Amino acid sequence: MMAQSSPVILEARGLSKRFGGLLANDDISISLGTTAGQVTSVIGPNGAGKSTFFKMLTGFCTPSAGRVHLFGADITGLAPHKISARGLVRTFQETTIFPELSALEHVALARQLSRQASDLQVFAGTAAARRDEQRMRADALEILRFLDLDSVANSVAKTLPHGYLRLLGIAMGMAASPKVLLLDEPYAGLNPEETDRAVELTRKIANSGVSILLVEHDMKAVMKISDHIHVLYFGKKIAEGTPEQIRNNEQVIEAYLGKEDEDIGL
Amino acid sequence: MNDDKRRDLGAILLVLCVLLVLPLAFGQSHYLMSVLMNCAGVAIIASGVWLTFCIGRINICQAGFALIGGYVSAILIARLGWSFWLALPLSGLVAGLCGALIGSVILKLKGIYFSMLTICLTEAIRLAFLNGGSLTQGAKGITGLPQAFAGDSALPLYYIGVALLALTLGVVWRVHYCRLGGIFRAMRLNEDLAESFGVNVWRYRIMAFAIACALGGLGGSYFTLFAQSIYPQSFTVEHSIYYMLFCFLGGLEYVSGAMIGAFVLTILFELLQDFQQYQSLIYGVLMIVVMLTLPNGLMALRLRLWWLPLRKGEAQ
Repeated sequence: MMAQSSPVILEARGLSKRFGGLLANDDISISLGTTAGQVTSVIGPNGAGKSTFFKMLTGFCTPSAGRVHLFGADITGLAPHKISARGLVRTFQETTIFPELSALEHVALARQLSRQASDLQVFAGTAAARRDEQRMRADALEILRFLDLDSVANSVAKTLPHGYLRLLGIAMGMAASPKVLLLDEPYAGLNPEETDRAVELTRKIANSGVSILLVEHDMKAVMKISDHIHVLYFGKKIAEGTPEQIRNNEQVIEAYLGKEDEDIGL
Repeated sequence: MNDDKRRDLGAILLVLCVLLVLPLAFGQSHYLMSVLMNCAGVAIIASGVWLTFCIGRINICQAGFALIGGYVSAILIARLGWSFWLALPLSGLVAGLCGALIGSVILKLKGIYFSMLTICLTEAIRLAFLNGGSLTQGAKGITGLPQAFAGDSALPLYYIGVALLALTLGVVWRVHYCRLGGIFRAMRLNEDLAESFGVNVWRYRIMAFAIACALGGLGGSYFTLFAQSIYPQSFTVEHSIYYMLFCFLGGLEYVSGAMIGAFVLTILFELLQDFQQYQSLIYGVLMIVVMLTLPNGLMALRLRLWWLPLRKGEAQ
């Protein structure tokens, strides 16, 4: 266990976001605690404000109110690339890839933060830039190996199946050396087998000391992987707790069953 | 080096070599030399537009920066009596700085909004020079620049054009195929994704745009040299649109695309001189046909061109 005095890894205090008349996020507070390597999930029905919340944490959208703290430092309103450099890195829902590039080249490209050569050195192709380039590729291979993706390291992205592309997205997130990794629906569109594999890898990443915050729809996977769950409903946080507590929380059941009733009504 | 890259390099070297040896046979033809100088000039300018495509922005203000480059050299040479050797690089620099300044404001916009704004920018820059008072002399422009080289031969200026084109292509090639090009591609694909892995997209956007504008300024300055004059009408919205079309026609995936498009369309336009009033009509129809049948540009043409390699999957 870490010492009590270590700073809170990631903390959102009273985050709100207003789009005109719509309050997308209303006074949401979460904390990842002080223990590294935990998996925390944010769940909620469609339109609950999960994506907005994620964007505010990573600087892609400025909160109307509230603060975000990373290891005790206020990062509210910083540019996304600066937040990434401080160790809070997000992945994306849609698999955006370069069809012609190999998996290895994707991860090497995503390893920009570790580059030491200046842009001018890169342009001139100096020895320092070449060394950087070699190191970035070596690092990329290391990351792919860690995620059991080294078998497809040299495969061109357009030939990879969907499940692999999802994992490649996570590998690109890992390339930025995150301390906290935010996964945006990492299991969406995966078949059960692929989901199991991805869940296993998520746990592996967490065990390596990277704290994970994920937004997900797949309840089974969330219940299986999470140490802690926060539930959003129409922009408000209605519950938090362990998977067991959430499963038995009346408000949560109501929020989700209400949705299921509608489904039956169709 | 993969096939596409080899094909790209092949096309560049081929055009440059042809440009180098052509004057041996046709050096006396002032008409042909001026057509080729024109081609080299627009290829330099259009390469800048091509570079802005790399970061996912359609740039229709390149004529404005060519105008800036042209006026800077005209003022330096005609007013202050500077040598064109100094005026040429300096006009590229000034245009690049203007690009960085203007870019830091307008590059926040994306897609059609950016393009619309750049069209307006071309016009705004033209109007600025039209109303520049005694410095730019309004619609009369600045004329009577001294000849760059004494004597009747167009060759020295021609070779300067070829050298500038080679320099331009070298810079764009290097940017595109080094790590910076990878970052630009990531930004074109998804700026948020690029930013999430720590790329300062604001910085790279401005960098790409400034280089593009500098190339525009350099090309504009070169035009001023051989035309020995510059007017607000020298570079207009129409020109900006042509530069963009050159890139589409040549191919957006190849560094040589802008140059190929510029040479093919400019020479074609000259060949169509004989048809007078139908010139633009034929030109337009040809453009439509090429764009429909070759959406990836002429450089993607599935032909075995001498020693240029075939694209993947074309081997017999």
